[in-house]
Amino acid sequence: MNDPRALYQEVILDHNKKPRNFGVLENANRHAEGHNPVCGDHITLHVKIDDEYITGISFEGQSCAICKASASMMTGQIKGKTVAEAETLIQEFRDMATGKLNVNAQPHHLGRLTVFAGVSELPSRIKCAILPWHTLHAAFKKMNSTSTEKDF
Amino acid sequence: MNAHIKNQAAFPETLATTDTSSTFNLARLRADFPILQRSINGKPLVYLDNAASSQMPQQVINRLVHYQAHEHANIHRGVHTLSQAATTEYENARIKAMHFIGAQEAREIIFVRGATEGINLIMHGYGRRFIGEGDEVIISAMEHHSNIVPWQMLCEEKKAKLRVIPMNDVGELLLDEYAKLFNARTKFVALTHVSNALGTINPVHEMIATAHQQGVPVLLDGAQAAPHIAVNVQALDCDFYVFSSHKMCGPTGVGILYGKAALLEKMQPYQGGGDMILNVTFECTTYNDIPHKFEAGTPAIAAGIGLGAAIDYITAVGLDNIAAHEHALLEHATHAARNIQGLNIIGTAQHKAAVLSFTLDDIHPHDIGTLLDQDGIAVRAGHHCAQPVMQRFGIPATARASFAFYNTFEEVDALIAGIHAVKKVFS
Ligand SMILES: Cc1ncc(COP(=O)(O)O)c(C=O)c1O
Repeated sequence: MNDPRALYQEVILDHNKKPRNFGVLENANRHAEGHNPVCGDHITLHVKIDDEYITGISFEGQSCAICKASASMMTGQIKGKTVAEAETLIQEFRDMATGKLNVNAQPHHLGRLTVFAGVSELPSRIKCAILPWHTLHAAFKKMNSTSTEKDF
Repeated sequence: MNAHIKNQAAFPETLATTDTSSTFNLARLRADFPILQRSINGKPLVYLDNAASSQMPQQVINRLVHYQAHEHANIHRGVHTLSQAATTEYENARIKAMHFIGAQEAREIIFVRGATEGINLIMHGYGRRFIGEGDEVIISAMEHHSNIVPWQMLCEEKKAKLRVIPMNDVGELLLDEYAKLFNARTKFVALTHVSNALGTINPVHEMIATAHQQGVPVLLDGAQAAPHIAVNVQALDCDFYVFSSHKMCGPTGVGILYGKAALLEKMQPYQGGGDMILNVTFECTTYNDIPHKFEAGTPAIAAGIGLGAAIDYITAVGLDNIAAHEHALLEHATHAARNIQGLNIIGTAQHKAAVLSFTLDDIHPHDIGTLLDQDGIAVRAGHHCAQPVMQRFGIPATARASFAFYNTFEEVDALIAGIHAVKKVFS
């Protein structure tokens, strides 16, 4: 991708404008907050887990288009999956965003999430895309808050 | 003297023989800055992130190279020729800094790592010694984190209280409220001269007088002022002043702390080590005189000398010329920005430096920054290390274009066109 403007394509702009699963979730049993101190992105995830299955998920917060679209699409992809399946996606998404996974050449389960592949060429924005995933991982681990400055 | 230093000495004659704006030759100035020839993403670089760090002219680059190639040795220690030469050049830079801000004596000029270290030095050397339980420190609502956090640390340690001067909706400090903050426990005022997030130029002369009526010393954070407006610490009568070299065409890693000699002498040292002592035994150490008392260890010698060259450069261009040109750029940008629907300028103080902080519809500033970068336009997006300012205006972040004397009206136009393009992507 030579023109990062291509990252701002319709799918991402659409999820930014009309985020899915945005708001609080009644009966959620996991919550985590994620911060990106560098740019001020801030999201809260509410997750409902029943017998290892993610039966509900929503997010709230203020963030850039990349982060918001990533969160919106993440919630859509994750619902109905097991925690283990979601952890696989978290890892694959991180690897794609940091350029370790070439989605065109290597196997993965990311589906439409590959619209974020281009972010790997924008080092300053990688954390924006990863923040929701990072926060989801924290929710699974029952850590109530996380920051993009931790690990990865 | 070698050739390029002579060039530098000749520079004032070619550029600023008089202070009329006709001697301000923008094309010639821009030719001094190699980085301005660069292209970014196939477009000519439009560098509008000067408040974060400014660019370096060839004259300063040459000075660094010359020092490293011909003059380098440790300073204040050797009897050999090189050490003496390096010491002389470094001390010359101190004298240049003294003249630059109108200090009375060279020993009032302390080399530090930058504005941040200067503030921390004062917090430690003055604050820890003279501020105690129940005392109060006044800062303002528009401080950079570097002029908030050290004072918070001090207050926590000493059980002292931090008081904050509020501001109005255009980003001007409320002077009546400021005056009311003073009481018998007020021990210190730490205030930014110019706001990095809003551009506001504070009425520091008046505010210092208010503090002095109560016998309270004042530190000015001049990180955003020194590169853009003429500063005279004696006329201002401030007790401390700090600024960073890298925001005024000099190298990173060095800055200046000015302090009135009588205050510096009363303060405790900041770090211990070589150079800051007169005599050391295991029982007792006698500290060196100011400024050396505050300059432990081998400093950033090349950077200090480079700062001296940057001061020469800026002085030759002329701070009055700089202020006038930058003001014209700001007026042009502000006028054009006001015509963009959905653009909201954050910080519209009457007295303003050339900073245009803005939000655009509900587009996040990081998206604005990434898209502008596609057009080669460098702006800062974020909270600008001033989160309380963002909270005051109820926004998470802004996009900020900050201008320098080498920016052109065409570059402002490129910014405005870029903003329109961003709007289109999100429309
Ligand atoms: C107003 C203000 N104060 C202090 C600083 C800190 O300067 P430095 O990072 O060079 O120490 C900055 C730099 O961003 C600033 O804008």
